[in-house]
Amino acid sequence: MVTVGLVTAALLLTACGNTGSNTGNEVLVSAASSLTEAFTEMEASFERANPEVDVVLNIAGSSALREQILAGAPADVFASANTSNMDLVDEAGDVEGEPKIFARNRLEIVVPLGNPGSVAELADFARDELLIGLCAESVPCGDYGRQILQNAGVIPAVDTEEPNVRALLTKIEAGEMDAGIVYETDVTSTDGGVGGVAIPDDDNVLADYPIAVLAEAPNADGAANFVAFVLSQEGRGILVDHGFVSP
Amino acid sequence: MTKRTTSPDRRKRRPPIVLVVLAALGLSVFVIPLLGLLARTPWSDLPMLLTSNVVLDALRVSVIASLGATAISAILGVPLAWVLARVEFRGRSIVRGLVVLPLVLPPVVGGAALLFALGRRGLIGEPLNQATGLVLPFSIWGVIIAATFVAMPFLVITVESGLHNLDSRYEGAAATLGAGRWTVLRRVTLPMIGPSLAAGLALTWARALGEFGATITFAGNLQGRTQTLPLAVFVALESDRGAAVALSLIMVVISLTVLIALRHRWWGAV
Repeated sequence: MVTVGLVTAALLLTACGNTGSNTGNEVLVSAASSLTEAFTEMEASFERANPEVDVVLNIAGSSALREQILAGAPADVFASANTSNMDLVDEAGDVEGEPKIFARNRLEIVVPLGNPGSVAELADFARDELLIGLCAESVPCGDYGRQILQNAGVIPAVDTEEPNVRALLTKIEAGEMDAGIVYETDVTSTDGGVGGVAIPDDDNVLADYPIAVLAEAPNADGAANFVAFVLSQEGRGILVDHGFVSP
Repeated sequence: MTKRTTSPDRRKRRPPIVLVVLAALGLSVFVIPLLGLLARTPWSDLPMLLTSNVVLDALRVSVIASLGATAISAILGVPLAWVLARVEFRGRSIVRGLVVLPLVLPPVVGGAALLFALGRRGLIGEPLNQATGLVLPFSIWGVIIAATFVAMPFLVITVESGLHNLDSRYEGAAATLGAGRWTVLRRVTLPMIGPSLAAGLALTWARALGEFGATITFAGNLQGRTQTLPLAVFVALESDRGAAVALSLIMVVISLTVLIALRHRWWGAV
């Protein structure tokens, strides 16, 4: 009995000690899925320049990140793949200062290697016999994908709505789907693991990526430094290397 | 029933306070999240939310998939449990380990494994697709297979333990009286493990109903075709929190109703 009580007490104490844990030099960056590779490199470069700082990436769909932040998750920086998720966080009073656009991204048709469905244009998304994937409407890539199809006047025969862009990309890369719409940078990120089919400029959209320090950032200084680094010449260079367009 | 002679004693002896406090803490682990859900429920919009297309479609897919997975688990899982309990063979512990593996494996891993095995480019999926044109992922069959993968272990282990606890002399007596092996199985063994079977079916069904990770990885997510209640909750959490809460509430009500209705068969308690 005493042991049980002691163990419980110990657990409770540990839990208390951990609440709001931030070692002072940790910067928690919540970044959109499509930023995975670019921000991993960003993290490495920033930590090389600031060895005392530990950047921790929290990668998910922008809308999932938005919900985490609105629910009070202790993040320092938010980098979204569209402005509407950032706006919702901003309107809730959770952003410090003004969000800044740090990158732009075009969208592209993605197909498995060898293009088994012979997908050549957006109109092919209406072919019922193909397995077509889009991102869920709630995440930016789903929103952009639907805008593009609407611009082209195509009603897609969708077979799955994936929760984030990387889940869709993975299924295309595995050859389980015939086509999807993802960011150009996602196609680049697979290093030739998938095929890309360009979307005509008239139909395509240019996604804006805003970044901001969060109002309740546990490490506000570290957050501001990281954002400044992303917006710097070096940060932009990293983004361009990964296929992003400079704003 | 005879009068319980121990009850006056029991009433006198109070349970140790430490145990009661810890038990209450234990219960709060389950109750607090439910309170959170109830606190966020948009009660006035509830009728509208519960009859929306997203909710009705997800409910339909979930009912079909969870019952389908339970049926397949019963047809395949009972024989598997019987073999594990009654047949001695080398490597039985390995087989048993394989059967319970989905209980500890993250469902996402299970979904990815299913995709690599049964997907269009999968080990078995590719020849299957070439021979029959069948594509399992992104279809209701994918949802049923994913749910079966994660839920059938509950049936197998429950039925197997029922078989172990069964006094095999009854089966022996039936056989002595001239019943064939099949008749013994059908008329003696299965009825006698009835409570374990019922418990196994209830657990299997409940696990199938709540299945998320393997489903979204293997079967995808499309309203009306593969979007189950848990998937609809996940998507709605990011776009329409009211709908997400309404969907969660449905799951809680359905699951609690069935588990409470089956409580006699399940743990034989009041």
